[in-house]
Amino acid sequence: MESPVVYFKDLFSGRLHSKKAGSRGVSDAVSRQQPFVVMVRKEVADHIRSWRFIVLLILIVLTFAGAMYVSLSNLKAAVSNENDPDRLFLYLKLLTATDGSLPPFHIFMSFLGALLGISLGFDAINAERNNGTLIRLLAQPVYRDNLLLAKFVSALVVVAVLFLSLSLLMIGGGLIITGVRIEGAEFCRILSFVVLTVLYVGFWLSLAILLSVKFRQATTSALTAIGIWLFFTVFYRIVVNMIVKSFFPDPNFMAQEDILFYNNVILDLLRLAPSQLYTDATTTLLMPSVRSLGPLTMEQMAGAIPSPLSVRESILIVWPQVSGLLAATAVCFALAYFWFMRAEIRT
Amino acid sequence: MENAIIELEGLTKFYGSLKAVDNLHLRINAGEVFGLLGPNGAGKTTTILMMLGLTEPSGGMARVCGFNATKDPISVKRKVGYMPDSVGFYDNMTAFENLSYIARLNGIPAHDVYHRVQEMMELVGLGAAMHKKTSAYSRGMKQRLGLADVLIRQPEVIILDEPTLGIDPTGVKEFLHLIRQLSRQQGITVLLSSHHLHQVQQVCDRVGIFVGGKLLAEGDIHQLSQHLFSEEAYLVTITVKDALSDTTAWESMLLQMEAVKKVTASGNTIEVSCTGNITPKLVRFLVEKGFDIMGVHQKEYGLEEIYQRYFDNNLTENVSHGKSSGLFQRSFFRKTAQ
Repeated sequence: MESPVVYFKDLFSGRLHSKKAGSRGVSDAVSRQQPFVVMVRKEVADHIRSWRFIVLLILIVLTFAGAMYVSLSNLKAAVSNENDPDRLFLYLKLLTATDGSLPPFHIFMSFLGALLGISLGFDAINAERNNGTLIRLLAQPVYRDNLLLAKFVSALVVVAVLFLSLSLLMIGGGLIITGVRIEGAEFCRILSFVVLTVLYVGFWLSLAILLSVKFRQATTSALTAIGIWLFFTVFYRIVVNMIVKSFFPDPNFMAQEDILFYNNVILDLLRLAPSQLYTDATTTLLMPSVRSLGPLTMEQMAGAIPSPLSVRESILIVWPQVSGLLAATAVCFALAYFWFMRAEIRT
Repeated sequence: MENAIIELEGLTKFYGSLKAVDNLHLRINAGEVFGLLGPNGAGKTTTILMMLGLTEPSGGMARVCGFNATKDPISVKRKVGYMPDSVGFYDNMTAFENLSYIARLNGIPAHDVYHRVQEMMELVGLGAAMHKKTSAYSRGMKQRLGLADVLIRQPEVIILDEPTLGIDPTGVKEFLHLIRQLSRQQGITVLLSSHHLHQVQQVCDRVGIFVGGKLLAEGDIHQLSQHLFSEEAYLVTITVKDALSDTTAWESMLLQMEAVKKVTASGNTIEVSCTGNITPKLVRFLVEKGFDIMGVHQKEYGLEEIYQRYFDNNLTENVSHGKSSGLFQRSFFRKTAQ
């Protein structure tokens, strides 16, 4: 540390610096990055290098491979099933066909997607706080919300790349194995399935980030997030069933319209769970013949030909689900934002 | 005052009913090294956080480099480097990566980052350990890395919260020397919070004593001691050979001398408190009176006494507030200064 001042010859005099910046302003502006971009880059790098992500990646790839294997071995039966209006959508069948030994990939994803989102976000803020890096980071000239947004976007980027490459792999593999050309409609459906999956992971991610802002301990926020997830996947259905049994009238003594009405109420209650929204939406997208997510009356069904819907119509059916997921994500994120922006940062 | 770079006007912060910072007025001039001195839980860190806009004040305003820290924290943070009391780094990254992340966040152009980081690491004496992971760093090394982290964006003001915590004595000396030198040569303003009196005494131009959320006194060491010990800036203890008998006669004569404030005699020692340095005069007087002087001791008040004095004054009332770590639960300070 001898004679350090030599190093600072003109580093610290603001005037000299600004003069320099004036002359090279143009080249500087090109190579200088926005803080937000810098943060996202760092977060993405962190995710990719972390063991946690690698373990989850292996888990998801294995699930994907298992589901693909089962569907490939059942592909012939599924495609030659004359009663199925969807039989000609080979690539959608790849994603959904199963012989019952293993659930199809999109059902798996309703569990794993939640886990993925939680594990990428549960220690986003509180780990930094506990390490003492949060205060150092926020003492830099960056906006607080940039940090929150960077955490969210980086995890989402990683997840999007993961699912996009998986489905492209699946399409490529399908092309090689079967030699059947992929239809534009199929491609659109698979793409929207990927978008939907990313959105679903995004919901759990924003919930996890919210909890990481709220709780000081990473373990507390992880456990709470897993608790919420378990509640929605396991207990919520039981609770709804209990309520229905004790409060709703016996269906044996009801008119047709009443039964329909109560059924819709039950479905609406179930759709408060994000995993239900996701399953509904993916099922509709991946099975083009699904026309409605609720019960249909005979009058509504009269004259309908059991044929697949167009992509646009399928998307129209799942639009409420998509907006529900989007709204839930936005609420969680806004709440996290609200708590974080005015919180005192100290170690 | 001319050219104040940090201005705090009536800054107040409540935590619930606890007043952490109480109506604080403070001006720090450009290019000066200011020491914020106070015990744990005095509100030093809270004040610093408010200056950086990391905490909202309950009242008053903090103005740093001409910007309102609460409303425009980004402009303030562009000019101010802050080192928290416990610096943390990303353990899975090397020191170099940690520092270049901060450099990029501060908008240093990509082609400059490498050189700048290398320069800084060498400056703080970590050139050899540059590519080690920070998890392998010792406390002192992290502290130095923290300084590099603050300096890399070429700040106008440096705020250091307990910067010497956990460094060995030689390290502290080098560290403070470096800070002092930077401030002198580059005109950087330094605000330094600490509870280590001697370190503050070594480097600071001015000192503010901060207790229970209030700034009790500010000024340089000399001003402080005058302000506080205006009655008895000097204490002269004179030891004589024989036990003192009849004292009243010469005591009143002593008291008539100007500058003498108080005389106490017991056994064979005489203690004289006075406002000016009149030791020779006292000795001459006593010699003339026929005393055999064995020893003369003149006491001057340093920062230690100043500090002690403030705390002693506040010991009388036990209000438990502040960071309630077991040691400090019996809090020393009452909210209102004497």
